[in-house]
Amino acid sequence: MLKIEGLTASVDGKAILKGIDLVVPDGEVHAIMGPNGSGKSTLSYVLAGRDGYEVTGGSAAFDGADLLAMEPEARAAAGLFLAFQYPVELPGVNNANFLRTALNAQRRARGEAELDAVQFLKLSRAEAKRLSMPDDMLKRNVNVGFSGGEKKRNEVLQMAILRPKLAILDETDSGLDIDALKIVADGVNALRGPATSALVITHYQRLLDYIVPDRVHVLAGGRIIRSGGPELALELEASGYASVVAEAA
Amino acid sequence: MSESATLETLNAVTATPYKWGFSTDIEMDMAPKGLTEDTIRLISARKEEPAWLLAWRLEAFAVWQKMEEPDWARVKHPPIDYQDLHYYAAPKKKAGPKSLDEVDPELLRTYEKLGIPLKERAILAGVEGADGEGDRPQVAMDAVFDSVSVATTFKATLAKAGVIFCPISEAVREHPNLVQKYLGSVVPQSDNFFAALNCAVFTDGSFVYIPPGVRCPMELSTYFRINARNTGQFERTLIIADAGSYVSYLEGCTAPQRDENQLHAAVVELIAHDDAQIKYSTVQNWYPGDAEGRGGIYNFVTKRGDCRGARSKISWTQVETGSAITWKYPSCVLRGDDSVGEFYSVAVTTNYQQADTGTKMIHIGRNTRSTIVSKGISAGHSNNTYRGQVKVMPKAHGARNHTQCDSLLIGSTCGAHTVPYIESRNPTAKLEHEATTSKIAEDQLFYCRQRGLSEEDAVGLIVNGFCKDVLKELPMEFAVEAQKLLAVSLEGSVG
Repeated sequence: MLKIEGLTASVDGKAILKGIDLVVPDGEVHAIMGPNGSGKSTLSYVLAGRDGYEVTGGSAAFDGADLLAMEPEARAAAGLFLAFQYPVELPGVNNANFLRTALNAQRRARGEAELDAVQFLKLSRAEAKRLSMPDDMLKRNVNVGFSGGEKKRNEVLQMAILRPKLAILDETDSGLDIDALKIVADGVNALRGPATSALVITHYQRLLDYIVPDRVHVLAGGRIIRSGGPELALELEASGYASVVAEAA
Repeated sequence: MSESATLETLNAVTATPYKWGFSTDIEMDMAPKGLTEDTIRLISARKEEPAWLLAWRLEAFAVWQKMEEPDWARVKHPPIDYQDLHYYAAPKKKAGPKSLDEVDPELLRTYEKLGIPLKERAILAGVEGADGEGDRPQVAMDAVFDSVSVATTFKATLAKAGVIFCPISEAVREHPNLVQKYLGSVVPQSDNFFAALNCAVFTDGSFVYIPPGVRCPMELSTYFRINARNTGQFERTLIIADAGSYVSYLEGCTAPQRDENQLHAAVVELIAHDDAQIKYSTVQNWYPGDAEGRGGIYNFVTKRGDCRGARSKISWTQVETGSAITWKYPSCVLRGDDSVGEFYSVAVTTNYQQADTGTKMIHIGRNTRSTIVSKGISAGHSNNTYRGQVKVMPKAHGARNHTQCDSLLIGSTCGAHTVPYIESRNPTAKLEHEATTSKIAEDQLFYCRQRGLSEEDAVGLIVNGFCKDVLKELPMEFAVEAQKLLAVSLEGSVG
C-alpha cells in the first residue's frame, strides 16, 4: 500500500523529517506515536502534498506509484485521505454539496460514473446513520460553527463517504470525549478490510484501545526510533516517551 | 513559502483570457466623432423624436457642459476625450428578412456565441412570423444590439397582461405621455456628470410599464452589447410598476474584446407606486481589459429606484465581474411610508480591474427599511471599493438599515476598501453596519484539494460560498449563470 524510504523534508528551510522508512502493507493499521514536535503532522502533510512542506530526499510509493510526484487532488483520487487535526471551515459551503463535489471529482479522475444528487443523498444519509450522526451535519456549512468534537466526527463522516484506500488520521483523537472517540474508532474500524489501510497518528495510547493497530512506530526527532506490536503503545503509556527516546539515542 | 506558492497559482489562474470577446462586422450607420448640439439633433432626428425630447436632451447637454467629471471614486484612468467618440451607431436597416437564411450571418454568429436558442435568434433578428406561438420558456427579451433594439419578443403575451415592454425609442413614439411623465423623474438631467451626458445622447434602452395590480407573467430580460468600435454606449432604461404590480427584470451583458477603452454611461430609472415591487437583477460581464490592464470597458452607470408609493419595494441584485472600471451605485429613494429597499451585490475584480460600487439608501418615509449585502472579491492587481450611503431624513421615523459588507482577498497585490457614509437626522432610526475582510486561506485550498477538488474548483466553491447570500437573491436561471461566471472569472486566480 504505502512504502516510504529515506524520506526527508523541511519546512521554511528547517529539516523536520530526517529519514523516514515505513511500510504499511494492504489491510494493516499502523500507529505512529511520538512526543510533540517529533514530525508527526509534517509526515501527514508531506504524504498529502501540502504546499510549503518540501521533500528534500527519499521516496514514497502508493500502490507502486510515485506519491510525491502527484498533486494533492490526484493523491486523493488515488485513495489517500487525511483526517485533519484542525479541520478547516468553509463559510457558505454546504457540507453535502462539498462532499458530493469532492466524491464526484475523485470518481471522474478514476474514470467512474458520477453520483447524482439522489444517489449521493442516499449514500450520505446511510453513512451518517451508521456513524450515529445527525442528518443535519450534512446540511450545515463545512465545519462552520461545529464544536471540536463535531469537526472530528465530520472528518470521519467524510472518510466514510469517500472510502479511501489509505486513511491518515492526524491526532483525530485530540480533544475528544470518550463517546466521540468511540465514534471515530468505529468509523476507522468499519473501513478496515483486506484492501484498505490506515496510518493513525496519535499522542496518546487511548485511541488504540479502540483501534487496535497491527504495528506501532515511535517517531522522535524526525526519525522512527522504534517499531513494535500493539504492546509498544502500552509500554509508552506506562513509561513515557522520554525513556524510549533516551534508549534509542 | 506556502504563501508564495499559492500566490503563484493564484496569479496564473487569475490571468485568464476573456472568454466572451468577439466583435461583429455589420454595416453600420454611424455619426461622425464628436459631441455638439448638432450631434444631439442628429440622434434625435434619426430616432424621429418629438420636439419636447430634443429640447430635454439639449437642456441636459447645456448642463453637462458646465459639469466636471467626478474624481471622488477610487478609480484611475487616462482622461476621456469626449470629442473623440461616436455617439450614434446603428446597424443599417433593411426590410425584414423572410427567414434566418436572409439574416446577416455575422449577427447570427453573435447570437450563437451568446448562447441564444435558435428560435429566439430568429425572433431577435426580426424574421417575419418567428414570434408566433409561445412554447418557449417564460423569459421575454429585448435585445439592444448596439444602439437600436433589433427586435422585441413575447409582445403578445405581455400585451394580454397589459404590460408594455419595448425599446424606449418605441415607447417615445407609442406611449409619449408615460415617457414624458416619468423620464428624468428619478435621475434628473443635472444629477451627475455621466447621467447628464446620458440624458443628452442616449440612443436606446428598455421601457417597461406594469399596469395596476398586474403581476408580470414572465421575467423580462435584456442583453446589452457594445458593438461598434469607439462608440460610447448610452442606454436609458425606464421601468414603472404601477400600484400593486410586480415585475422582475434581468439584465445581462457581455461585450466584444477590443484594445481601446470604451465608455459606457447608462441610466436606469425605476418607479414603484403603492404596494408595487420591482426586482432588478444584473449580471455584468463587459470586457475587463487584458491581463496587463489594456483595454476594457469604462462603466459609469447611474441606477436609481424611487419607492414612490407606500409599502413599495425595490431590490437591486448585481453580479459584477467585467469592465476595466466599474462606477455604479444602484440606489433606492424610500419615499413612501413602509417602503423597502434592498441591495445585494457581488463585485469581482482581477488583473488590473477597478471597481468602486455600492448603493445609496435614502430614507424619507416613515418605517422605511433597507438591507445592504455587499461581497467584494479582489484578485491580481485589482482594486475593489464598496462605497455606500445610508441617509435618514428627519421625517423617517422608525427607519431601519442593516448593512453587511464583506471583502475577500485573493493574493497580496490587490486592494479592498470599504467607505460607508452614514447620516441620521432622526433619533428613532436604527442603523447597523458590519464589515469583514478575509483571505482565501491556504489551509482552505489544501483542505479542498485533499478531498479531491482541483485548485480551480476549490476556489469556485469557496467564492460561491462567500457570495451565497447574494446569489440566492437572483432568479434561478440567472443564479446558475452567475455561479459559472464567478468560477470562470477567477480561473487561474485561485479565487
